[in-house]
Amino acid sequence: MIAAVLSLTLLGAALGIGLGVAARRFAVEGNPMVDEVAALMPGSNCGQCGFPGCPGAAAAVVAGEAPPTLCPPGGKALAAALAEKLGIELDLSGVVDEGPKIALVAEEICIGCCRCIKVCPTDAILGAPKQIHNVIREACTGCGNCIERCPTEAMSMQPVPMTLQHWVWPKPAVA
Amino acid sequence: MTEILVLLITTALVNNVVLVKFLGLCPFMGVSRNVDSALGMGLATTFVITLASAATWMLEHWLLAPLGLGYLRILTFILVIAATVQFVELVVKKASPGLYQALGIYLPLITTNCAVLGIALLNVQEKSSFAVSIAYGFGSALGFTLVLLIFAGLRERLALARVPAAFTGAPVGFVLAGLLSLAFMGFAGLNFK
Repeated sequence: MIAAVLSLTLLGAALGIGLGVAARRFAVEGNPMVDEVAALMPGSNCGQCGFPGCPGAAAAVVAGEAPPTLCPPGGKALAAALAEKLGIELDLSGVVDEGPKIALVAEEICIGCCRCIKVCPTDAILGAPKQIHNVIREACTGCGNCIERCPTEAMSMQPVPMTLQHWVWPKPAVA
Repeated sequence: MTEILVLLITTALVNNVVLVKFLGLCPFMGVSRNVDSALGMGLATTFVITLASAATWMLEHWLLAPLGLGYLRILTFILVIAATVQFVELVVKKASPGLYQALGIYLPLITTNCAVLGIALLNVQEKSSFAVSIAYGFGSALGFTLVLLIFAGLRERLALARVPAAFTGAPVGFVLAGLLSLAFMGFAGLNFK
């Protein structure tokens, strides 16, 4: 009994230490730039850019295989941030930025099928079968996955509505 | 010396792990889409099987048998095999990122490749000596690599062939594996005595 416990413990410890040393010795350095760029991305892995998730998109941007404007949910602000991070000159005048948009459920069309809930990467849609769904505004990243999934076209992207929580004084007009 | 050589040939061809003992079919089907990754997988598995044969022999004869811990055999063998695979994964990731990408999920799956554990357990059952154990493991692994390579080559040809709609994909792969097994049965006629 004690021999079994001791021998297994020793074996496990020896193998663990061996693997730990090997992991240090054979460590592979990733590109730190990829991690920094990935940190700027929305992180919802919506897949609209065509790359496997935000880390994949970040790797492509760093490698120069994709333009900084690849991220639809990130919009103009993210494109500018990426260009600055990578030190690329970027002409953003052609990029139409309609401001941030989030999903909205048209309550009179929603049939409560729950399909949008399953595709939402941030769990921003609330609902139950045969109950009208709703979008939690603070959680929606505006990736648009739910728009294609909705069988009745009840989902649409709408500009973020002004609420008391994020209303700010307008900038003074130039006289 | 001749004994070892005969052992290598019998384990690699006559008693082939995959086609005669049907061990390790998962990578045989999974990593045989192209010859390059099949070769990589074969070499990684060869390394793991040979190393595991040596390690499990030492474990069995220096730890389990003297202390009478035969009931811990499977547990300790799996532990050693898993550690070896993890080590191989670290090395492959460092040495050849391309191969690491190509092998994908099948590299960690060597852990549960029943050929690895099967050979270790068969060695114990046969009460073979250290050298014979290693030769047995190495020969079996060579047979595994050989069959994997042949099968990958065949499947590369097969990808271009016109296959009846009902057979496309995995079914025709299994039919092909059956034919290959039939061919390897021919080695059963080899007699060294």
